[in-house]
Amino acid sequence: MHLYNLTLQGQTAINQAIQGNFSGLPKSQEIVVGRGSALELLQLDTVTGKIKVMCHQDIFGVRSLLAFRLTAGTRDFIAVGSDSGRIVILQYNPEKTCFERLHQETFGKTGCRRIVPGHYLAGDPRGRALMIGAVERQKLVYIMNRDAEAHLTISSPLEAHKQHTLCYAMVGIDVGFENPTFACLEFDYEDADNDPTGEAAKRTQQTLTFYELDLGLNHVVRKYAEPLTDPGNLLIAVPGGNEGPSGVIVCCENYIVYKNLGDQPDIRCPIPRRRNELDDADRTMLIIATATHKTKNMFFFLIQAENGDIFKVTLETDEDLVTEMKLKYFDTVPPANALCILKAGFLFVAAEFGNHELYQIASLGEGGDDEFSSAMGFGENDAAFFEPHELRSLIPIDSMDSLSPLTDAVIGDIAREDAAQLFTLVGRGARSHMKVLRNGLEISEMAVSDLPGNPNAVWTVKKNIEDQYDSYIVVSFVNATLTLTIGDTVEEASDSGFLPTTPTIGCSMIGDDSLVQIYSEGIRHIRADKRINEWKAPPRRQIVKCAVNRRQVAVALSGGELVYFELDLNGTLNEFTERKLFNADIACMTFSEISEGELNSRFLALGTVDNAVRIISLDPNDMLMPLSTQNLPCPPESILLIDTPNEDGKGVASVHLNIGLQNGCLFRNTVDNVTGAIMDTRTRYLGTRPKLFKVQVQGRSAILCTSSRSWLLYHFQRRFHLTPLSYANLEYAASFCSNQCAEGVVAISASTLRIIAAEKLGVAFNVQSFEHKMTPRRIAVHPTMPCLVVIETDHAAYTEVTKGLKRNQMAQDVEEMASDETEAALAREIATNLRERKLDERVFGAPRAGYGKWASAISLVSATTGEKHSHFELPQNENAKCLALVQFSKHPDAVMVLVGCGVNEILNSSEVEPSDSNYRPVRGCVYTFHLSPNGDRFDFLHRTETPLPVGAIHDFRGMALVGFGKFLRMYDIGQKKLLAKCENKNFPVNIVNIQSTGQRIIVSDSQESVHFLRYRKGDNQLVVFADDTTPRYVSCVCVLDYHTVAIADKFGNLSVVRLPERVNEDVQDDPTVSKSVWDRGWLNGASQKVELVANFFIGDTITSLQKTSLMPGANEALVYTTIGGAIGCLVSFMSKDEVDFFTNLEMHVRSEYPPLCGRDHLSYRSYYAPCKSVIDGDICEQFSLMELSKQKEVAEELGKTVSEISKKLEDIRTRYAF
Amino acid sequence: MALPGERFHVLAQLEHLQSKYTGTGHADMNRHEWVVNQHRDTRAFQMSHPGMNTYIAVVENESRARTRFNLINRMIQPCGPPPEKHPLDDA
Repeated sequence: MHLYNLTLQGQTAINQAIQGNFSGLPKSQEIVVGRGSALELLQLDTVTGKIKVMCHQDIFGVRSLLAFRLTAGTRDFIAVGSDSGRIVILQYNPEKTCFERLHQETFGKTGCRRIVPGHYLAGDPRGRALMIGAVERQKLVYIMNRDAEAHLTISSPLEAHKQHTLCYAMVGIDVGFENPTFACLEFDYEDADNDPTGEAAKRTQQTLTFYELDLGLNHVVRKYAEPLTDPGNLLIAVPGGNEGPSGVIVCCENYIVYKNLGDQPDIRCPIPRRRNELDDADRTMLIIATATHKTKNMFFFLIQAENGDIFKVTLETDEDLVTEMKLKYFDTVPPANALCILKAGFLFVAAEFGNHELYQIASLGEGGDDEFSSAMGFGENDAAFFEPHELRSLIPIDSMDSLSPLTDAVIGDIAREDAAQLFTLVGRGARSHMKVLRNGLEISEMAVSDLPGNPNAVWTVKKNIEDQYDSYIVVSFVNATLTLTIGDTVEEASDSGFLPTTPTIGCSMIGDDSLVQIYSEGIRHIRADKRINEWKAPPRRQIVKCAVNRRQVAVALSGGELVYFELDLNGTLNEFTERKLFNADIACMTFSEISEGELNSRFLALGTVDNAVRIISLDPNDMLMPLSTQNLPCPPESILLIDTPNEDGKGVASVHLNIGLQNGCLFRNTVDNVTGAIMDTRTRYLGTRPKLFKVQVQGRSAILCTSSRSWLLYHFQRRFHLTPLSYANLEYAASFCSNQCAEGVVAISASTLRIIAAEKLGVAFNVQSFEHKMTPRRIAVHPTMPCLVVIETDHAAYTEVTKGLKRNQMAQDVEEMASDETEAALAREIATNLRERKLDERVFGAPRAGYGKWASAISLVSATTGEKHSHFELPQNENAKCLALVQFSKHPDAVMVLVGCGVNEILNSSEVEPSDSNYRPVRGCVYTFHLSPNGDRFDFLHRTETPLPVGAIHDFRGMALVGFGKFLRMYDIGQKKLLAKCENKNFPVNIVNIQSTGQRIIVSDSQESVHFLRYRKGDNQLVVFADDTTPRYVSCVCVLDYHTVAIADKFGNLSVVRLPERVNEDVQDDPTVSKSVWDRGWLNGASQKVELVANFFIGDTITSLQKTSLMPGANEALVYTTIGGAIGCLVSFMSKDEVDFFTNLEMHVRSEYPPLCGRDHLSYRSYYAPCKSVIDGDICEQFSLMELSKQKEVAEELGKTVSEISKKLEDIRTRYAF
Repeated sequence: MALPGERFHVLAQLEHLQSKYTGTGHADMNRHEWVVNQHRDTRAFQMSHPGMNTYIAVVENESRARTRFNLINRMIQPCGPPPEKHPLDDA
């Protein structure tokens, strides 16, 4: 068995974000983000305020990013730290919209290791040196320079290693043009390692260490190390030289401290806390993200605390000494992985969880209260308090969808829409969502207006060739034509010259400034001075179809006669002397686009009802001669010729012939520019009778196809995308360009005229979000109704009930503290405020409880509206962990919802002392609910105690299998609780998943892979008859067939294992079970072992696996989702030939186009175990990114042409997915 | 039979490896040292992989920065203080 890995959507989390002028164009600023395995360049359209993805490239692993520019340079380079054991310097090429590698230096082994640098990157602010560091020990410094041709050069590395030293943060200090200096937060554990008393570990302090690169001696010295009283986690470099005092700000727990070398005393200010928050009082404040803004005469920092509060930090200086540090509460935004302040006045927030946001900075938060200063004299344990508020300084502008963290997903046509939806659980804490993903392109609607009657066609025309925008919208009805002018408003035009009393077949601007209208009786040519020339169709013959462009008109008369006109130099339309007669009626026709430097288009393509499409030459030498013919399976409905320019915009564009067939298929062919030969047919099914219309997307021609669903076919990032529109059904469309909307579409839908535009190009999914209050964990689908059961759980959280109690308690305390009458009145007021004060948790986050506190809820959600039909909150400290719908054989007509919970569960339990006063015994329980058949409610039945937290529940032949700890128990339903029937307590560590197929039960262990069991009814025994030889930290499992399962693990591996052929008989032929029960095999494992079929490293923790079909009629694929929000699938091949072809292609692309950041692809896909029988589509699809000459070389090696290869790549994708 | 010189060569190589790669084992390594190394490697792995970091952060309901900070802190002494050296060990 061979599988092919297809990514449907890459990771959506942004782990790193840097801003800079990467394109090198004057005044521009871009953001480069690291999305787990890919690198992306974002550009902000300051007019519309939308973020555009300019370039996306999979580089297989990003860990750190740094923007730096050489002294006096204007362009930023990108330094990438990855797990490749290499440092890579990239440059963005705005013409080709791609990253180019300038340098790649190897320094260590691959993989995210403790002592291999790559995790930290810091640059000298003057761009003279870079430091790359590991979590422990190793730090390397590279000197950057220019050579004579002003190219960037990189030196060999200088070592700054120190044994037994952990590194928390690293930053380059701005020292002007003195020797480049780097600051690191370090911890030396050597003493602690050698001290049995444990005193040294307590005594040792974190140090702030300065490393200086002596440019003269070409050597790095550890200049100075200063112990810190509070451990820090982040460093911020303060501008130096002529722009500021230099030095660093250390973000410590609860404090931020300014430090510098020399006479500078420490300036220390506490991080303010929210007033009257229910948070755990012992919890420290931590800064999670920072951003620096620097102009010629001022600078400030934005720092963000864990709950999302942003503070603005400014420094007061006296000469070169900093005298005061000020902190001002700014606003609250989602907690971020990275913040970027753009020069145009925007703040980009790369959120750790959930959507990434873009804000406009409206004010810098001047004035008002909530300002704190180091000069206020805060004591050792004093805290500063402030009141959080709604956004005041920031205005939300745009948001980028993110599915990270994706905790669980189900796929299927649950909402009954004929196409599959993905229901994903996304988010952490109070900002969680259930997101519904549908394959489709998001459409923004600009205008909808009603028309009198049902129109049947629409066009837009310009008045003059010089015009930038369209002038008229022409709408044709059954017996009339309506012309509308486009201005600030759209109004009816009376002076356009179009004949209003007849339906129109086609219209266009022709020549430089005249218009042409084609109707069934003739052609009306309207000159700029309103002179009108008419050409009348022959008597009793009607015009049925037409094709128009700027210079040419072709009309088809009934009976299959073609008449051709060309504009002469005087601007009059001249009929060509001959007419061409075809055997059958003409169904559709189109001109090819006029290529650059030519006057007329070269080809006319026409489809006839006798199932053929012909390319007709328009060359004066062989005018109207047929060049080539393509036979079709059924009559064509619509036809369009489109040019696709080459990547670099140079050379001859390729011409694509698109044919919509009456049977609903879209044929896409390539037409030879010279001979007109039709080649390379690709087919997709669209829906009933597809019609094709030319529109503009990203400055290129694209096709809007209207059918039973509307589709957009466009070229984006070197790939053709054919995506359905998530919008009302359209009947006819035309491109639309006005000053409000540069690339829009005007379309007809029933009796309305709509102006729409496509957004978020390249994204396969359209997202609909429903809110949840806590981190959703698991999802289950109602067997018959369109609704879902979701469990949500948060650690260190209060339930609504506890929150109320706590608030009351706090209010009471205030009231009791009052000593006299006036104070009491004041206290009462404060107390009422406290009781009623509720911050919106979706914005400000939920209050944080201590460790070991849990809040949980179960809800029944409608799949279509997201409405919560039923909601059940568990008591404090019970955490819902798993969920299953079970149909007990005792109640065959009722579906029960079983929710497995932990009670008083402690994370990292091995690190908590049982003697602790807070220790409560850890237990588990199973809640049973009755689910109503019409899916509108569930009712609590009973609660069953278990000795340990429940990890998995499964419906097995009318019984419930429940796994907790090492125990697997079978339960039947009873009146007051579930009744245990049988048990197996021999699992290695902890059961996390149970599946079944037929009589076989598959139990997964948190560390020891899968176990195959059989339930022996006669003996009432659960017998393990086979297990795995490899330890796998299972996160989810999917049964592929009776013998085969796919296993995903926490580290991102996906393996397929299969029972050997003979195992089946062994179980059946062992009536006494003695063999299975007593024959323990080796090391207490089962005597039979599964065999590994396939193994592959996905790159991110996999959170759900499902075998399903993604499109109506498509084959089944194994779909996975990852915590970082990636969605992909593994699909099988059709033939052995295909396997051979893709194996070879993968091999060639690997060697000819290795990943950009130096990660060896084969070793990446074999991260934990050798990659087996899986071919990576991600690297195969990079074939299209290769240079054309290399593509040809590879194609030759494979004995194919380039277009054949790209067709194969496209085919395998469209066969299963989108 | 290996020549004596070669044996020293192997030893020198080992020492080089031990100084170059933190955590390389040696003949006198005790259980504690070995376990501590395992833990440090694990924590470093967990904080270095963005996906793993997110995974832990979601479970603990913490910010990613705090998770990362906690993980490095746990590298300092993951298994408590080292055991008392037995006087016979140094022999």
